[in-house]
Amino acid sequence: MALKDITLGQYFPGNTVIHRLDPRTKLLFTVLYIVALFSAKGIAAYAVLFAVLCACIAISKIQPKTILRGMKPILFIIVLTAVLNIFYTPGTPIWQWKFLKITVEGLWAAFFMVLRISFLITCTFMLTYTTSPIMLTDGLERLLGPLKKLHVPVHELSMIMSIALRFIPTLIEETDKIMSAQKARGADFDTGNLFQKAKALVPLLVPLFISAFRRAEELATAMECRCYHGGEGRTRLRQLRFRGADAAALLLGGALVAAVLILRSIGL
Amino acid sequence: MSDIIETRALRFSYPAAEGVTPVVLDGVDLNIRAGSFVAVLGHNGSGKSTLAKHMNAILLPTGGAVYVDGIDTADEDRLLDIRRTVGMVFQNPDNQIVANVVEEDVAFAPENLGVPPEEIRKRVDDALKAVGMYEFREHAPHLLSGGQKQRVAIAGVLAMAPRCIVLDEPTAMLDPVGRQEVLDTIKKLNRTAGVTVVLITHHMDEAAQADRLVVMSGGKVVADGTPKEVFSHVETLKSVGLTVPETVELCWTLRRDGLDLPLDALSDEECAQALYNLLTGAKNSTTTSNM
Repeated sequence: MALKDITLGQYFPGNTVIHRLDPRTKLLFTVLYIVALFSAKGIAAYAVLFAVLCACIAISKIQPKTILRGMKPILFIIVLTAVLNIFYTPGTPIWQWKFLKITVEGLWAAFFMVLRISFLITCTFMLTYTTSPIMLTDGLERLLGPLKKLHVPVHELSMIMSIALRFIPTLIEETDKIMSAQKARGADFDTGNLFQKAKALVPLLVPLFISAFRRAEELATAMECRCYHGGEGRTRLRQLRFRGADAAALLLGGALVAAVLILRSIGL
Repeated sequence: MSDIIETRALRFSYPAAEGVTPVVLDGVDLNIRAGSFVAVLGHNGSGKSTLAKHMNAILLPTGGAVYVDGIDTADEDRLLDIRRTVGMVFQNPDNQIVANVVEEDVAFAPENLGVPPEEIRKRVDDALKAVGMYEFREHAPHLLSGGQKQRVAIAGVLAMAPRCIVLDEPTAMLDPVGRQEVLDTIKKLNRTAGVTVVLITHHMDEAAQADRLVVMSGGKVVADGTPKEVFSHVETLKSVGLTVPETVELCWTLRRDGLDLPLDALSDEECAQALYNLLTGAKNSTTTSNM
Protein backbone atom coordinates (compact mmCIF):
# COMPACT_ATOMS: atom_id res chain seq x y z
CA MET A 1 0.00 0.00 0.00
CA ALA A 2 1.54 3.24 -1.12
CA LEU A 3 1.01 6.10 1.28
CA LYS A 4 -0.06 8.35 -1.57
CA ASP A 5 -3.25 6.29 -1.77
CA ILE A 6 -4.54 7.72 1.46
CA THR A 7 -7.01 10.33 0.36
CA LEU A 8 -8.80 10.65 3.67
CA GLY A 9 -9.64 14.23 4.50
CA GLN A 10 -8.58 15.59 1.15
CA TYR A 11 -10.42 18.25 -0.73
CA PHE A 12 -10.86 18.32 -4.49
CA PRO A 13 -11.75 21.85 -5.56
CA GLY A 14 -14.63 22.13 -7.98
CA ASN A 15 -17.55 24.31 -8.87
CA THR A 16 -20.57 22.01 -8.84
CA VAL A 17 -23.84 22.48 -6.98
CA ILE A 18 -22.56 20.20 -4.25
CA HIS A 19 -19.31 22.13 -3.90
CA ARG A 20 -21.26 25.36 -3.60
CA LEU A 21 -23.67 24.13 -0.93
CA ASP A 22 -23.33 25.69 2.49
CA PRO A 23 -21.03 23.49 4.62
CA ARG A 24 -23.66 23.42 7.35
CA THR A 25 -26.07 21.90 4.85
CA LYS A 26 -23.56 19.27 3.86
CA LEU A 27 -22.78 18.43 7.47
CA LEU A 28 -26.46 18.13 8.35
CA PHE A 29 -27.17 16.14 5.20
CA THR A 30 -24.34 13.75 6.07
CA VAL A 31 -25.80 13.30 9.54
CA LEU A 32 -29.25 12.67 8.06
CA TYR A 33 -27.75 10.21 5.59
CA ILE A 34 -26.01 8.32 8.37
CA VAL A 35 -29.22 8.21 10.40
CA ALA A 36 -31.02 6.81 7.35
CA LEU A 37 -28.18 4.37 6.79
CA PHE A 38 -28.39 2.99 10.29
CA SER A 39 -32.16 2.75 10.11
CA ALA A 40 -32.09 0.84 6.85
CA LYS A 41 -33.07 -2.80 7.12
CA GLY A 42 -33.95 -4.25 3.74
CA ILE A 43 -32.54 -4.31 0.25
CA ALA A 44 -34.97 -1.65 -1.00
CA ALA A 45 -33.75 0.87 1.59
CA TYR A 46 -30.14 0.19 0.68
CA ALA A 47 -31.00 0.58 -2.99
CA VAL A 48 -32.45 4.02 -2.29
CA LEU A 49 -29.39 4.99 -0.25
CA PHE A 50 -27.10 3.73 -2.99
CA ALA A 51 -28.99 5.71 -5.62
CA VAL A 52 -28.66 8.91 -3.56
CA LEU A 53 -24.95 8.32 -3.07
CA CYS A 54 -24.42 7.68 -6.79
CA ALA A 55 -26.36 10.82 -7.65
CA CYS A 56 -24.17 12.87 -5.28
CA ILE A 57 -20.99 11.45 -6.78
CA ALA A 58 -22.22 12.09 -10.32
CA ILE A 59 -23.26 15.67 -9.58
CA SER A 60 -20.04 16.51 -7.74
CA LYS A 61 -17.95 15.12 -10.64
CA ILE A 62 -15.71 13.28 -8.20
CA GLN A 63 -14.06 10.35 -9.96
CA PRO A 64 -15.45 7.03 -8.64
CA LYS A 65 -11.86 5.80 -8.96
CA THR A 66 -10.78 8.32 -6.32
CA ILE A 67 -13.35 6.99 -3.89
CA LEU A 68 -12.38 3.38 -4.53
CA ARG A 69 -8.75 4.28 -3.98
CA GLY A 70 -9.68 5.95 -0.69
CA MET A 71 -11.44 2.76 0.40
CA LYS A 72 -8.33 0.63 0.02
CA PRO A 73 -6.84 1.29 3.46
CA ILE A 74 -10.05 0.23 5.19
CA LEU A 75 -10.57 -2.83 3.01
CA PHE A 76 -9.18 -4.93 5.84
CA ILE A 77 -11.84 -3.72 8.27
CA ILE A 78 -14.58 -4.35 5.74
CA VAL A 79 -13.37 -7.88 5.03
CA LEU A 80 -12.95 -8.63 8.73
CA THR A 81 -16.47 -7.44 9.54
CA ALA A 82 -17.84 -9.48 6.66
CA VAL A 83 -16.05 -12.63 7.83
CA LEU A 84 -17.14 -12.20 11.43
CA ASN A 85 -20.73 -11.68 10.34
CA ILE A 86 -20.69 -14.68 8.04
CA PHE A 87 -19.44 -17.08 10.67
CA TYR A 88 -20.91 -15.77 13.87
CA THR A 89 -24.51 -15.02 12.99
CA PRO A 90 -26.80 -17.72 14.30
CA GLY A 91 -29.51 -19.04 11.98
CA THR A 92 -30.12 -21.63 9.29
CA PRO A 93 -26.79 -23.22 8.36
CA ILE A 94 -26.07 -23.82 4.68
CA TRP A 95 -22.51 -25.06 5.13
CA GLN A 96 -20.80 -26.54 8.13
CA TRP A 97 -17.33 -27.85 8.90
CA LYS A 98 -16.50 -28.73 12.47
CA PHE A 99 -17.20 -25.56 14.52
CA LEU A 100 -17.36 -23.31 11.44
CA LYS A 101 -20.72 -22.74 9.90
CA ILE A 102 -22.18 -20.32 7.43
CA THR A 103 -25.79 -19.29 7.79
CA VAL A 104 -28.19 -17.63 5.41
CA GLU A 105 -28.72 -14.88 7.98
CA GLY A 106 -24.95 -14.53 8.28
CA LEU A 107 -24.54 -13.98 4.56
CA TRP A 108 -27.25 -11.36 4.55
CA ALA A 109 -25.87 -9.68 7.65
CA ALA A 110 -22.39 -9.62 6.12
CA PHE A 111 -23.74 -8.24 2.86
CA PHE A 112 -25.59 -5.42 4.60
CA MET A 113 -22.71 -4.71 6.93
CA VAL A 114 -20.32 -4.34 3.99
CA LEU A 115 -22.78 -2.02 2.28
CA ARG A 116 -23.28 -0.04 5.46
CA ILE A 117 -19.58 0.50 6.09
CA SER A 118 -18.85 1.32 2.45
CA PHE A 119 -21.72 3.81 2.26
CA LEU A 120 -20.72 5.36 5.55
CA ILE A 121 -17.14 5.85 4.40
CA THR A 122 -18.18 7.05 0.96
CA CYS A 123 -20.60 9.64 2.28
CA THR A 124 -18.01 11.06 4.67
CA PHE A 125 -15.50 11.05 1.80
CA MET A 126 -18.00 13.02 -0.25
CA LEU A 127 -18.24 15.56 2.55
CA THR A 128 -14.49 16.17 2.76
CA TYR A 129 -13.87 15.84 -0.99
CA THR A 130 -16.36 18.57 -1.86
CA THR A 131 -15.88 20.91 1.11
CA SER A 132 -12.66 22.73 1.82
CA PRO A 133 -11.48 22.00 5.36
CA ILE A 134 -11.79 25.64 6.33
CA MET A 135 -15.39 25.74 5.13
CA LEU A 136 -16.02 22.47 6.91
CA THR A 137 -14.68 23.66 10.21
CA ASP A 138 -16.42 26.98 9.67
CA GLY A 139 -19.69 25.16 9.25
CA LEU A 140 -18.99 22.99 12.27
CA GLU A 141 -18.10 26.02 14.33
CA ARG A 142 -21.37 27.71 13.41
CA LEU A 143 -23.44 24.58 13.97
CA LEU A 144 -21.88 24.02 17.37
CA GLY A 145 -21.95 27.75 18.15
CA PRO A 146 -24.64 27.45 20.82
CA LEU A 147 -22.28 25.21 22.82
CA LYS A 148 -20.00 28.21 23.37
CA LYS A 149 -22.44 29.32 26.03
CA LEU A 150 -21.60 26.11 27.90
CA HIS A 151 -17.89 27.07 27.68
CA VAL A 152 -17.13 24.44 25.08
CA PRO A 153 -14.06 25.74 23.16
CA VAL A 154 -15.78 25.44 19.79
CA HIS A 155 -13.46 27.75 17.88
CA GLU A 156 -10.33 26.09 19.23
CA LEU A 157 -11.63 22.64 18.39
CA SER A 158 -12.52 23.61 14.85
CA MET A 159 -9.11 25.27 14.41
CA ILE A 160 -7.38 22.11 15.62
CA MET A 161 -9.41 20.07 13.18
CA SER A 162 -8.74 22.28 10.20
CA ILE A 163 -5.00 22.31 10.89
CA ALA A 164 -4.95 18.55 11.32
CA LEU A 165 -6.60 18.21 7.92
CA ARG A 166 -4.21 20.72 6.38
CA PHE A 167 -1.19 18.73 7.57
CA ILE A 168 -2.33 15.28 6.47
CA PRO A 169 -0.76 15.53 2.99
CA THR A 170 2.37 17.17 4.39
CA LEU A 171 2.88 14.47 6.99
CA ILE A 172 2.16 11.71 4.49
CA GLU A 173 4.82 13.13 2.20
CA GLU A 174 7.18 13.27 5.14
CA THR A 175 6.43 9.68 6.14
CA ASP A 176 7.20 8.59 2.60
CA LYS A 177 10.51 10.42 2.73
CA ILE A 178 11.52 8.98 6.10
CA MET A 179 10.52 5.50 4.94
CA SER A 180 12.70 5.82 1.86
CA ALA A 181 15.58 7.12 3.95
CA GLN A 182 15.28 4.28 6.44
CA LYS A 183 14.91 1.72 3.68
CA ALA A 184 18.04 3.06 2.05
CA ARG A 185 19.81 2.29 5.30
CA GLY A 186 18.46 -1.24 5.42
CA ALA A 187 15.23 -0.86 7.39
CA ASP A 188 12.68 -3.50 6.54
CA PHE A 189 9.03 -2.54 6.90
CA ASP A 190 7.44 -5.35 4.92
CA THR A 191 8.54 -8.71 6.27
CA GLY A 192 8.24 -10.49 9.59
CA ASN A 193 5.29 -11.16 11.82
CA LEU A 194 2.99 -8.53 13.24
CA PHE A 195 5.23 -7.90 16.24
CA GLN A 196 8.35 -7.48 14.11
CA LYS A 197 6.46 -5.18 11.75
CA ALA A 198 5.29 -3.03 14.63
CA LYS A 199 8.82 -2.84 15.93
CA ALA A 200 10.09 -1.85 12.50
CA LEU A 201 7.84 1.20 12.67
CA VAL A 202 9.76 2.72 15.58
CA PRO A 203 12.53 4.21 13.40
CA LEU A 204 9.75 5.66 11.26
CA LEU A 205 7.57 7.07 14.01
CA VAL A 206 10.26 8.67 16.14
CA PRO A 207 11.56 11.05 13.45
CA LEU A 208 8.02 11.65 12.26
CA PHE A 209 6.90 12.74 15.71
CA ILE A 210 9.90 14.94 16.27
CA SER A 211 9.37 16.64 12.96
CA ALA A 212 5.65 17.04 13.63
CA PHE A 213 6.39 18.79 16.92
CA ARG A 214 8.89 21.08 15.22
CA ARG A 215 6.34 21.88 12.54
CA ALA A 216 3.71 22.59 15.17
CA GLU A 217 5.98 25.05 16.91
CA GLU A 218 6.89 26.86 13.70
CA LEU A 219 3.27 26.95 12.61
CA ALA A 220 2.24 28.43 15.95
CA THR A 221 4.82 31.20 15.55
CA ALA A 222 3.74 31.84 11.97
CA MET A 223 0.11 32.04 13.05
CA GLU A 224 0.95 34.49 15.79
CA CYS A 225 2.88 36.56 13.28
CA ARG A 226 -0.28 36.74 11.26
CA CYS A 227 -2.13 38.20 14.23
CA TYR A 228 -3.94 35.04 15.29
CA HIS A 229 -5.41 35.59 18.71
CA GLY A 230 -8.22 33.11 19.02
CA GLY A 231 -11.74 33.24 17.68
CA GLU A 232 -12.70 36.60 19.14
CA GLY A 233 -13.41 39.31 16.60
CA ARG A 234 -12.52 37.09 13.65
CA THR A 235 -14.23 37.70 10.33
CA ARG A 236 -14.38 35.32 7.41
CA LEU A 237 -13.45 35.65 3.74
CA ARG A 238 -16.39 33.52 2.76
CA GLN A 239 -19.67 34.27 4.39
CA LEU A 240 -21.87 31.27 4.88
CA ARG A 241 -25.15 31.78 3.08
CA PHE A 242 -28.17 29.59 3.16
CA ARG A 243 -29.64 29.44 -0.36
CA GLY A 244 -32.48 27.67 -2.09
CA ALA A 245 -30.26 24.72 -2.98
CA ASP A 246 -29.46 24.27 0.71
CA ALA A 247 -33.12 24.10 1.64
CA ALA A 248 -33.68 21.60 -1.17
CA ALA A 249 -30.76 19.45 -0.01
CA LEU A 250 -32.01 19.38 3.56
CA LEU A 251 -35.53 18.53 2.40
CA LEU A 252 -34.03 15.70 0.40
CA GLY A 253 -32.13 14.51 3.46
CA GLY A 254 -35.29 14.58 5.56
CA ALA A 255 -37.21 12.78 2.83
CA LEU A 256 -34.47 10.15 2.70
CA VAL A 257 -34.77 9.43 6.41
CA ALA A 258 -38.57 9.32 6.12
CA ALA A 259 -38.41 7.00 3.11
CA VAL A 260 -36.05 4.62 4.84
CA LEU A 261 -38.21 4.58 7.97
CA ILE A 262 -41.31 3.88 5.90
CA LEU A 263 -39.53 1.06 4.05
CA ARG A 264 -38.41 -0.29 7.38
CA SER A 265 -41.93 -0.25 8.79
CA ILE A 266 -43.26 -2.21 5.83
CA GLY A 267 -40.36 -4.63 6.17
CA LEU A 268 -38.41 -3.95 2.98
CA MET B 1 9.01 58.96 11.85
CA SER B 2 11.17 57.66 9.03
CA ASP B 3 12.55 54.68 10.94
CA ILE B 4 10.19 51.75 10.79
CA ILE B 5 12.27 49.57 13.10
CA GLU B 6 14.70 50.76 15.69
CA THR B 7 16.72 48.65 18.08
CA ARG B 8 18.54 50.31 20.97
CA ALA B 9 21.35 48.44 22.70
CA LEU B 10 19.34 45.27 22.09
CA ARG B 11 20.52 42.34 24.15
CA PHE B 12 19.03 38.92 24.24
CA SER B 13 20.06 35.82 26.12
CA TYR B 14 18.31 32.56 26.78
CA PRO B 15 17.66 31.63 30.40
CA ALA B 16 20.81 30.39 32.11
CA ALA B 17 21.38 26.65 31.93
CA GLU B 18 24.13 24.93 33.90
CA GLY B 19 25.59 28.22 34.97
CA VAL B 20 26.13 29.65 31.50
CA THR B 21 23.94 32.34 30.04
CA PRO B 22 24.08 32.05 26.27
CA VAL B 23 24.11 35.61 24.94
CA VAL B 24 22.64 35.63 21.46
CA LEU B 25 22.41 39.35 20.85
CA ASP B 26 24.97 41.59 22.45
CA GLY B 27 24.09 45.25 22.04
CA VAL B 28 22.58 45.72 18.61
CA ASP B 29 21.81 49.28 17.53
CA LEU B 30 20.03 49.39 14.23
CA ASN B 31 17.71 51.80 12.48
CA ILE B 32 15.79 50.57 9.51
CA ARG B 33 14.39 53.32 7.35
CA ALA B 34 10.90 52.99 5.96
CA GLY B 35 10.96 51.91 2.32
CA SER B 36 14.49 50.54 2.36
CA PHE B 37 15.71 47.07 1.42
CA VAL B 38 18.08 45.83 4.09
CA ALA B 39 19.84 42.48 4.03
CA VAL B 40 21.16 40.96 7.24
CA LEU B 41 24.01 38.59 6.56
CA GLY B 42 25.65 36.20 8.96
CA HIS B 43 26.62 32.58 9.33
CA ASN B 44 24.76 30.10 11.55
CA GLY B 45 24.62 31.20 15.16
CA SER B 46 25.43 34.82 14.41
CA GLY B 47 22.13 35.91 15.95
CA LYS B 48 20.53 37.07 12.72
CA SER B 49 17.36 34.98 13.12
CA THR B 50 17.05 36.01 16.75
CA LEU B 51 17.33 39.62 15.66
CA ALA B 52 14.56 39.04 13.12
CA LYS B 53 12.30 37.57 15.79
CA HIS B 54 12.66 40.77 17.82
CA MET B 55 11.30 42.81 14.94
CA ASN B 56 7.70 41.81 15.53
CA ALA B 57 7.72 40.87 19.18
CA ILE B 58 8.00 37.10 18.85
CA LEU B 59 10.93 37.52 21.20
CA LEU B 60 11.27 40.36 23.65
CA PRO B 61 14.63 41.89 24.51
CA THR B 62 16.27 40.93 27.80
CA GLY B 63 18.12 44.25 27.61
CA GLY B 64 17.64 47.42 25.59
CA ALA B 65 14.53 48.00 23.52
CA VAL B 66 13.01 47.54 20.10
CA TYR B 67 10.63 50.06 18.56
CA VAL B 68 8.37 49.27 15.64
CA ASP B 69 6.98 52.42 14.09
CA GLY B 70 7.63 54.11 17.43
CA ILE B 71 5.88 51.43 19.50
CA ASP B 72 7.91 49.59 22.13
CA THR B 73 7.59 45.88 21.31
CA ALA B 74 7.36 45.14 25.04
CA ASP B 75 3.98 46.90 25.08
CA GLU B 76 1.59 43.95 25.11
CA ASP B 77 -1.49 46.06 24.47
CA ARG B 78 -0.13 47.10 21.09
CA LEU B 79 0.92 43.59 20.05
CA LEU B 80 -1.49 43.38 17.12
CA ASP B 81 -0.44 46.82 15.88
CA ILE B 82 3.17 45.71 15.94
CA ARG B 83 2.47 42.44 14.17
CA ARG B 84 0.37 44.02 11.46
CA THR B 85 3.05 46.62 10.82
CA VAL B 86 5.87 44.11 10.50
CA GLY B 87 5.03 40.86 8.74
CA MET B 88 7.28 37.84 9.00
CA VAL B 89 8.06 35.12 6.49
CA PHE B 90 9.96 32.01 7.57
CA GLN B 91 12.23 29.46 6.01
CA ASN B 92 9.89 26.53 5.57
CA PRO B 93 6.80 27.47 3.54
CA ASP B 94 5.04 24.24 4.56
CA ASN B 95 5.06 25.24 8.19
CA GLN B 96 3.46 28.63 7.73
CA ILE B 97 0.57 27.78 5.47
CA VAL B 98 -2.55 27.31 7.55
CA ALA B 99 -5.24 26.47 5.03
CA ASN B 100 -5.82 23.89 2.31
CA VAL B 101 -6.66 26.43 -0.35
CA VAL B 102 -4.31 29.21 -1.41
CA GLU B 103 -6.79 32.07 -1.12
CA GLU B 104 -8.12 30.91 2.23
CA ASP B 105 -4.59 30.84 3.55
CA VAL B 106 -3.93 34.37 2.32
CA ALA B 107 -7.18 35.44 3.99
CA PHE B 108 -6.04 34.11 7.37
CA ALA B 109 -4.34 37.28 8.61
CA PRO B 110 -7.07 39.77 7.61
CA GLU B 111 -9.64 37.39 9.11
CA ASN B 112 -7.74 37.51 12.37
CA LEU B 113 -7.71 41.28 12.20
CA GLY B 114 -11.47 41.39 11.79
CA VAL B 115 -11.42 42.98 8.35
CA PRO B 116 -14.88 43.01 6.69
CA PRO B 117 -15.39 40.19 4.14
CA GLU B 118 -15.53 42.40 1.00
CA GLU B 119 -12.30 44.08 2.04
CA ILE B 120 -10.68 40.68 2.72
CA ARG B 121 -11.60 39.57 -0.81
CA LYS B 122 -9.92 42.65 -2.25
CA ARG B 123 -6.83 42.28 -0.09
CA VAL B 124 -6.47 38.59 -0.95
CA ASP B 125 -6.74 39.27 -4.68
CA ASP B 126 -4.30 42.20 -4.51
CA ALA B 127 -1.78 40.22 -2.44
CA LEU B 128 -1.94 37.23 -4.76
CA LYS B 129 -1.54 39.45 -7.81
CA ALA B 130 1.42 41.19 -6.20
CA VAL B 131 3.28 37.89 -5.84
CA GLY B 132 2.08 36.55 -9.20
CA MET B 133 0.03 33.69 -7.74
CA TYR B 134 -3.45 34.95 -8.59
CA GLU B 135 -4.18 32.18 -11.05
CA PHE B 136 -3.37 29.61 -8.37
CA ARG B 137 -5.85 31.05 -5.86
CA GLU B 138 -7.99 27.93 -5.75
CA HIS B 139 -5.15 25.43 -5.68
CA ALA B 140 -4.13 23.26 -2.78
CA PRO B 141 -0.81 24.58 -1.39
CA HIS B 142 0.81 21.17 -1.02
CA LEU B 143 0.64 20.67 -4.77
CA LEU B 144 2.64 23.84 -5.51
CA SER B 145 6.41 24.08 -5.94
CA GLY B 146 8.58 25.38 -3.12
CA GLY B 147 8.99 28.80 -4.70
CA GLN B 148 5.27 29.08 -5.30
CA LYS B 149 4.49 28.06 -1.72
CA GLN B 150 6.87 30.66 -0.42
CA ARG B 151 5.21 33.30 -2.60
CA VAL B 152 1.86 32.27 -1.14
CA ALA B 153 3.36 32.70 2.32
CA ILE B 154 4.53 36.18 1.33
CA ALA B 155 1.04 36.98 0.01
CA GLY B 156 -0.37 35.77 3.33
CA VAL B 157 1.72 38.39 5.09
CA LEU B 158 1.01 41.10 2.49
CA ALA B 159 -2.71 40.71 3.09
CA MET B 160 -2.19 42.31 6.50
CA ALA B 161 -1.05 45.41 4.58
CA PRO B 162 2.20 45.57 6.56
CA ARG B 163 4.62 48.45 6.11
CA CYS B 164 7.58 46.15 6.56
CA ILE B 165 8.26 42.50 5.78
CA VAL B 166 10.97 40.55 7.55
CA LEU B 167 12.03 37.40 5.70
CA ASP B 168 14.05 34.89 7.67
CA GLU B 169 16.06 32.89 5.12
CA PRO B 170 13.07 32.55 2.81
CA THR B 171 15.07 30.83 0.08
CA ALA B 172 17.05 28.37 2.18
CA MET B 173 14.85 25.41 1.27
CA LEU B 174 14.25 26.32 -2.36
CA ASP B 175 15.82 25.26 -5.64
CA PRO B 176 17.55 27.93 -7.78
CA VAL B 177 14.38 28.63 -9.78
CA GLY B 178 12.30 29.02 -6.62
CA ARG B 179 14.95 31.24 -5.09
CA GLN B 180 14.90 33.57 -8.05
CA GLU B 181 11.09 33.73 -8.01
CA VAL B 182 11.06 34.70 -4.36
CA LEU B 183 13.86 37.25 -4.72
CA ASP B 184 12.20 38.88 -7.72
CA THR B 185 8.96 39.10 -5.76
CA ILE B 186 10.67 40.69 -2.78
CA LYS B 187 12.47 43.23 -4.93
CA LYS B 188 9.30 44.09 -6.80
CA LEU B 189 7.42 44.66 -3.54
CA ASN B 190 10.14 46.94 -2.32
CA ARG B 191 10.47 48.94 -5.55
CA THR B 192 6.84 49.25 -6.62
CA ALA B 193 4.83 49.02 -3.40
CA GLY B 194 7.38 50.74 -1.19
CA VAL B 195 7.27 47.95 1.41
CA THR B 196 10.28 47.96 3.69
CA VAL B 197 12.12 44.66 3.32
CA VAL B 198 14.48 43.07 5.83
CA LEU B 199 16.01 39.98 4.28
CA ILE B 200 17.87 37.63 6.59
CA THR B 201 20.17 35.44 4.54
CA HIS B 202 23.49 33.72 4.30
CA HIS B 203 23.68 33.93 0.52
CA MET B 204 26.14 36.59 -0.63
CA ASP B 205 24.44 37.09 -3.97
CA GLU B 206 21.07 37.74 -2.30
CA ALA B 207 22.60 40.18 0.14
CA ALA B 208 24.32 41.99 -2.71
CA GLN B 209 20.96 42.96 -4.18
CA ALA B 210 19.90 45.01 -1.15
CA ASP B 211 20.31 48.77 -0.67
CA ARG B 212 21.96 48.22 2.65
CA LEU B 213 23.82 45.32 4.11
CA VAL B 214 24.23 44.56 7.80
CA VAL B 215 26.69 41.84 8.75
CA MET B 216 26.20 40.04 12.06
CA SER B 217 28.62 37.90 13.97
CA GLY B 218 28.58 36.73 17.57
CA GLY B 219 25.46 38.73 18.31
CA LYS B 220 26.96 42.00 17.16
CA VAL B 221 26.80 44.10 14.04
CA VAL B 222 30.28 43.91 12.51
CA ALA B 223 29.67 45.78 9.27
CA ASP B 224 26.94 48.06 8.00
CA GLY B 225 26.72 49.93 4.73
CA THR B 226 25.89 49.52 1.07
CA PRO B 227 26.77 46.09 -0.31
CA LYS B 228 29.66 47.64 -2.26
CA GLU B 229 31.13 49.17 0.88
CA VAL B 230 30.65 46.08 2.99
CA PHE B 231 31.98 43.58 0.51
CA SER B 232 35.11 45.63 -0.09
CA HIS B 233 36.13 44.83 3.50
CA VAL B 234 37.09 41.36 2.43
CA GLU B 235 39.30 40.67 5.47
CA THR B 236 36.56 41.63 7.95
CA LEU B 237 34.09 39.31 6.29
CA LYS B 238 36.57 36.46 6.13
CA SER B 239 37.42 36.93 9.80
CA VAL B 240 33.76 36.27 10.75
CA GLY B 241 33.56 33.18 8.59
CA LEU B 242 31.77 34.65 5.59
CA THR B 243 32.83 34.59 2.00
CA VAL B 244 32.40 37.43 -0.46
CA PRO B 245 30.82 37.27 -3.93
CA GLU B 246 33.07 35.48 -6.40
CA THR B 247 33.64 38.64 -8.42
CA VAL B 248 34.94 40.47 -5.35
CA GLU B 249 37.00 37.47 -4.37
CA LEU B 250 38.63 37.45 -7.80
CA CYS B 251 39.45 41.17 -7.70
CA TRP B 252 40.71 40.85 -4.14
CA THR B 253 43.04 37.97 -5.01
CA LEU B 254 44.39 39.84 -8.03
CA ARG B 255 44.82 42.99 -5.95
CA ARG B 256 46.87 41.09 -3.42
CA ASP B 257 49.16 40.20 -6.30
CA GLY B 258 49.63 43.86 -7.05
CA LEU B 259 47.01 44.55 -9.66
CA ASP B 260 44.98 47.72 -9.33
CA LEU B 261 41.38 46.52 -9.20
CA PRO B 262 38.38 47.98 -7.35
CA LEU B 263 36.73 45.80 -4.70
CA ASP B 264 33.18 46.86 -5.37
CA ALA B 265 32.45 44.84 -8.49
CA LEU B 266 29.40 42.86 -7.40
CA SER B 267 28.00 41.81 -10.76
CA ASP B 268 29.71 39.83 -13.50
CA GLU B 269 29.41 42.83 -15.80
CA GLU B 270 31.09 45.20 -13.36
CA CYS B 271 33.88 42.71 -12.78
CA ALA B 272 34.38 42.20 -16.49
CA GLN B 273 34.45 45.96 -17.01
CA ALA B 274 37.02 46.39 -14.25
CA LEU B 275 39.24 43.70 -15.77
CA TYR B 276 38.79 45.22 -19.22
CA ASN B 277 39.77 48.62 -17.92
CA LEU B 278 42.82 47.15 -16.26
CA LEU B 279 43.94 45.28 -19.35
CA THR B 280 43.38 48.15 -21.80
CA GLY B 281 44.80 50.63 -19.35
CA ALA B 282 41.71 52.78 -19.60
CA LYS B 283 41.31 55.29 -16.80
CA ASN B 284 38.11 56.52 -15.16
CA SER B 285 35.91 54.73 -17.64
CA THR B 286 33.99 52.81 -15.04
CA THR B 287 30.48 51.53 -15.54
CA THR B 288 29.41 54.44 -17.72
CA SER B 289 29.89 52.37 -20.87
CA ASN B 290 27.15 50.37 -22.50
CA MET B 291 27.54 47.30 -20.33
